[in-house]
Parts: sequence; C-alpha cells; structure tokens
Amino acid sequence: MVAISVDAPEVTRQHCQKLGFTYTFLSDPNAEVIRRYDLLHQGGGPKGADIARPAEFLIDSTGTIRWINLTDSVTVRARPEQVLKAFDDLKPAAPSGA
Amino acid sequence: MKRRWNFSLWAGFLLVVLGLVSYVTFFVRFPITRDFPWANLLLFFTGAVLLGKGLIQSFRQPELYRGKILGSILAAVSLAGIGFFSYGLFYLVRQLPSSAAAPRLGQKAPDFTLSDQNGKPVTLAELLASPSAGTAGARANGVLLIFYRGYW
Repeated sequence: MVAISVDAPEVTRQHCQKLGFTYTFLSDPNAEVIRRYDLLHQGGGPKGADIARPAEFLIDSTGTIRWINLTDSVTVRARPEQVLKAFDDLKPAAPSGA
Repeated sequence: MKRRWNFSLWAGFLLVVLGLVSYVTFFVRFPITRDFPWANLLLFFTGAVLLGKGLIQSFRQPELYRGKILGSILAAVSLAGIGFFSYGLFYLVRQLPSSAAAPRLGQKAPDFTLSDQNGKPVTLAELLASPSAGTAGARANGVLLIFYRGYW
C-alpha cells in the first residue's frame, strides 16, 4: 500500500506520525506523477492549490493495472472490503483451505 | 392570556442545525453515513416537519402560540442552511476532473520516482519488486497506489 499526495515529505512525515501510519507515503509536490496519471484536480485544494483527485490503482507484480477506483465524489472512497477483494482477485485461483 | 412557548419551532431549528454540523464532525467518519448523507437528510426532514408544525401553530393560533416572526426567521435560516449543505454535498464534492487519460485496466502502470516521508527516493519498479516493503503481511504480490488530495 503506497500513498501519493502533493504534500512535502516533511508534512507527510508529521501526518504519518500523528495518525500512526507506517506504510509508504510518497510526495509529488509538483504533481508530475499525478499529471502523468491524469489525476490533477486544478484548484481543488486549499487556497486553489492543484492537488490529486482521490484515486486508487492496484498494480500486480508484472506492473499491470488490475483494479482502478476513480470516485465521482470527494466524499466517496474505496472501502476496505473492496480493496481486499481486489487483492484477492489478483491471486490466481489458489487452492482454498490452504 | 399568556401565549405558549412554541416548542416545535425551536426543536425543528435545533435538528436542522444538528444536521448541518454533524456531517463534518461525526457522520463523515463512517462510510455508510458518509457516502450518502441519509442520516443528515433524516435530521433535516424531521426538523423541517417540526418547523412547519410550529409555523402553522403560530399563524393559525397566534392568540395561543408565539413565534410568527421568529419562526419565519428560523425557517428561512434553516432552508438556507439545508440549501448550502445540499449544494456542497451533492454538487461541489462531485466537481472532479474526468481523468479521461488516466491509465486503464490491463495497461502497464507508468513508472515514477518520488520521495517517501523520510526523503528517500522510491520507484514504482522497486515497490513492485518488494511489495511487502510498503506494508507488513501483504496479501498478494501487488502494489496499491492511493492518490490522496492531501493532508489539511
């Protein structure tokens, strides 16, 4: 699980410490990657800052995108069970009960 | 004869105010009340019914109930508040870019290099090579990229 936002590493570090997040948080202060993924929300942030729209991509080990969630509302995000199911669907039909 | 305090007006107004503040302060924490604000709409509806009842009492039986002027003001403020809430939650939050050129299912994810929270450069290729580096006990060989609006 990897998070990406336009915030500086310092801001992100404080945010992670505050909330106890241990996974990788990446900083894209100039929104280069966000632009490359066409996820820029111009003027969507505080004081009209350009930020990323909410989006989730699940990428398998070959680098292929296997699941995408592009919400149409800021208040609606992927739920944990959706994400877990997407991860489960990644696995080639593993024998159950293993 | 002393006129009665118009309870319905105030109860209705308070419910509407509660509906306005409780989304951001409380209901937004739970997906079931966040994705669609039905709990807040229920508060608005109940508040509006009580306000309506109070107003009818004030205007039909002014000798018995107070609140013709105050009730009208409370109702107008409530209506404006509900309008503001609806505009924000049903229109503003949906003003997202179309992202028509975003990578699609089955495509290769574009590689990138970005700094993590400790300032260390990380590439997507590295993450894919060791998916469990991001999180302990990864369920499968995959990387979940989550784009956040930011932390403020």
